[in-house]
Amino acid sequence: MSELVLTTEGETHVVVKRRFEASPEMVYRAHLDPELIRQWCLGPEGWTMPVCINEGKPGGKIRYEWSNGKGAGFFLTGEILELDPPHRIVHVERMHMPDPTPDNRVVTTFVADGSGTLMTMRMSLPDAETRRAMLATGMARGMEASYARLERLSGWKAAS
Amino acid sequence: MKPDESLDLTLAALGDPTRRGILARLALGEATVSELAEPFAISQPAISRHIRVLSEAGLIVQRVAGTKRPCRLAPGALSELDDYLEMLREALSRNYRRLDQLLAKQAKRKDKSR
Repeated sequence: MSELVLTTEGETHVVVKRRFEASPEMVYRAHLDPELIRQWCLGPEGWTMPVCINEGKPGGKIRYEWSNGKGAGFFLTGEILELDPPHRIVHVERMHMPDPTPDNRVVTTFVADGSGTLMTMRMSLPDAETRRAMLATGMARGMEASYARLERLSGWKAAS
Repeated sequence: MKPDESLDLTLAALGDPTRRGILARLALGEATVSELAEPFAISQPAISRHIRVLSEAGLIVQRVAGTKRPCRLAPGALSELDDYLEMLREALSRNYRRLDQLLAKQAKRKDKSR
């Protein structure tokens, strides 16, 4: 399994890279098929996705609802803008907490890498403040904080 | 300064590869301005500007030692940004570990049906 690399780029981008030991077709499908999405796109342990809609076509709607089973929950809505199977998904999404966050435009690419796939997800937020809010969303969801050592902040190794 | 503003300053300061390089160097220990300038193909005044940005963002501190102004990382300066990025990273890592398992399960099923 390969390590996730998360970097901020300029004022408004967040870039996530991750390698999977599966073909681009399979990883691409896992990002569009609701039956697959609801099995992995769950965030912290103990959360489920009771509603998972992804119409899987350009112009199609996206709606994911998460619940912790104890009354807490939030949802995400979006639209698919472009599809180039099995290489590229462009979509826009926003979180409802319950007020909607500004649109996050996401370009996800899948490139064959030996026997696996390198996925790159590039998020573009309208402004620096929105990116800050999006990064803070992780906190709102009660993730565990861990004080990473300096060099673990991704992108730094590359820069040094 | 509000915490939000301070995080924006931090993110802006980190948005430049030279400044990230300077921080990576300082992670190894204190360094003078000329030591910091060494690995980069830019002038000392340019390095000093980067140092000023990092210093205003509260990421590094400078002390006076004779004619030199050695820099070091400010203690705890990165924890706020670190926290945000770590939490996002943690959530995504959990998701993708689940996706690894799901993909492995699918591959096995495909093998069986062959």
